[in-house]
Amino acid sequence: MNRRALFHRRSWVAVLSLVASHAAFAGDDQRTPGATLLPKYKQECAACHVAFPPGMLPAYSWRRLLDNLPHHYGTDASLEATTVNELASWLSANSGTYKRVREAPPEDRITRSAWFIRKHDEVAGAAWKRPAVKSAANCAACHTQADQGDFNEHTVRIPR
Amino acid sequence: MTHSCLVRHVCAALFAGAIPIGAHAATPADLQAAYGALSGTAAAPDRGQQLFTSRHGREWSCSSCHGALPTQTGKHASTGKPIAALAPAFNPERFVDAAKTEKWFRRNCNDVMGRECSAAEKADVIAWLRTLK
Repeated sequence: MNRRALFHRRSWVAVLSLVASHAAFAGDDQRTPGATLLPKYKQECAACHVAFPPGMLPAYSWRRLLDNLPHHYGTDASLEATTVNELASWLSANSGTYKRVREAPPEDRITRSAWFIRKHDEVAGAAWKRPAVKSAANCAACHTQADQGDFNEHTVRIPR
Repeated sequence: MTHSCLVRHVCAALFAGAIPIGAHAATPADLQAAYGALSGTAAAPDRGQQLFTSRHGREWSCSSCHGALPTQTGKHASTGKPIAALAPAFNPERFVDAAKTEKWFRRNCNDVMGRECSAAEKADVIAWLRTLK
């Protein structure tokens, strides 16, 4: 086999493994379809940001977030205790338990999880700073079906 | 004054005891009147606009997320998520629930001013929003 053919073969292996990893991610997405979101969770949490799928953080990250709602990433997101308790049981029951979500990311931010950073490593640095994107937490800027809990790469449209 | 106590006060002012506490359905005019009754002063739309569009020693004003003229969709200053119009003539879901209104005033006044808003300030803001047609 000459060098050129070897290079092609390596490229294909790389492409195939990339496809496989995306397929695995798409499979994970289907565990958390929007239809199964607790209505209260959508009502209270998705008023300010996309309804992040509960499986994207481990239980103790959710617990810490709920314990600190009056100081929620720079804003007062306080809720009545009964609502907090209702959200806590649902988030705990639906939190991420599989390997890559088991560890709490820094500051309990989904966007600082190792898997999140890896999944987005093809996105150019400048794309994150565009006014239509603004924040890595603004999933819906590119994931056009994020509000439905669908983060499949086929529905991604990065704004220009 | 605690949150639930304040909601109870608003409801009491709203329904004068005729409807059980917990029934929060209202109109924007009802809520303005209830806050006005609590404050004991007449609401002033121009004061409401001034409060809404100015910064109060912190990073954000109400307009940072709702827009200077909240008759259109705004944008959350931190997350970028669209926020539906706030002026009730442009969004029939606004100011029709006393508890929801109290919740957002409590949190957003804290973000913008570092304290709760007074009943007079809330009445002023609703009065201004009601003038937007």
